[in-house]
Amino acid sequence: MNWVSITGLIFVLLSTGILVSLSLWKRKKPPTFRDIPAYTLLDKEIGLAIEDGSRVHSSLGRSSLLEHGSAASFAALGLLRRISELTSVSDQPPIATSGDAALAVLTQDVFQSAYQTSGAGEQYHPSTGRVTGLTPFSYAAGSLPAMRDENVSVNILLGSFGVEAGLLTDTAERENSFILAAADGLPAQAILYASLQDPLIGEELYAAGAYVQAGQPHTASLQVQDILRWVFVVLIMGGAVLRLIGLL
Amino acid sequence: MRKPLATAIAIAIGSIVLLGYFLPGTLLFKIRLELVHWAVILTGVAVLVGVFNLFSVHVEKIRNRQKGSVYSLFLIASLLFSFLFGLAFGPDHVTIRLLFEAVVIPVEASLMAILAVTLIYACIRLLRKRLDLMAVIFLATAFLVLLGTAPFPFGEIPILGSLIRPMIVNVPAVAGARGIILGVALGTLTTGLRILLGTDRPYGSN
Repeated sequence: MNWVSITGLIFVLLSTGILVSLSLWKRKKPPTFRDIPAYTLLDKEIGLAIEDGSRVHSSLGRSSLLEHGSAASFAALGLLRRISELTSVSDQPPIATSGDAALAVLTQDVFQSAYQTSGAGEQYHPSTGRVTGLTPFSYAAGSLPAMRDENVSVNILLGSFGVEAGLLTDTAERENSFILAAADGLPAQAILYASLQDPLIGEELYAAGAYVQAGQPHTASLQVQDILRWVFVVLIMGGAVLRLIGLL
Repeated sequence: MRKPLATAIAIAIGSIVLLGYFLPGTLLFKIRLELVHWAVILTGVAVLVGVFNLFSVHVEKIRNRQKGSVYSLFLIASLLFSFLFGLAFGPDHVTIRLLFEAVVIPVEASLMAILAVTLIYACIRLLRKRLDLMAVIFLATAFLVLLGTAPFPFGEIPILGSLIRPMIVNVPAVAGARGIILGVALGTLTTGLRILLGTDRPYGSN
């Protein structure tokens, strides 16, 4: 066991400790986070979709659950669960597309359990969680008809995407539907920055749960991210100063 | 009973895999490798489930005579043909390879080409929708890097190709990318921990 493994393990255990403490802390006032316009608009747009009887479409990317992008897919599943609960009263159930088979199985599971929790188990239909293709562009091409032909007014593209995200945002834009999009990869983020009114960059993807009030663990996890970010800032700045004065 | 049990199994296996990663050479490491192998097999089975899902969605589309059901019919015919042919002759057969090289790859390349046009259009729209300092810097940087990289017949543009482009690519772009990647890594860590602790359960438990 080398020092890198030991440091990594200590870092993970420390993060777990902070996350558990913050999750269990019964605070008088909920923590406030900076305003992210895309998430503020999402609440409003979902409400409008329920009112006008249109659908919410979530695209969860194409990362396999065994790849590094799986965390982005899991964050997207958290948001999907919350959206399913919110839209369980709607005439039109939300749909979810993905480019990985195991991820599609999980989206069906999330839909089913969210409807059961909301007391609307009969709303669930397996075809609402679907695989649209197993390669990057076939996934995008397969998702386009769902965005265009199924009365969708809100598109949420959250997960692990590549450059094919550009085709999805372009279609959503042409259909005049609302788009909330975030990806974990740099090429997709550059494309989303150029295509969207309110792009989400970097770790904002993982803040989705906290911003849609998915529960205390999501809020606590966002706070852990903020704490760790400051730790990193101090370490990087400290390292730079030590190097500058020749001590490192 | 089923749901707490599923959660307990997920937490236990997640913890073993995580600890096995940090403790190489131990029993946990060997168990981790075995569990990851099982996960690979399950993912392979999930692909079959995914193909069946794709099939059933398009069959439903044809049955309900929804918009674009002709394309669904074409998709199902192609899917059945390549699946049965691949099953009978194996993935290395010349016809299956031809299917990939003459159909799948050119179609994906065409979509990539469409994407290039889409992005140029998106950049023009960006200036109309969001004319702020960051948008101008974004577009100006993209333009300078493109000019510095483009293969002109007279060679690279002096100063731009030899000094400005490498400076942009190696200093601010790398710094920004590292910042974003650090943020993504922190998000990945906290999301993983939420799942490991069972507070976020994307496997059906209420």
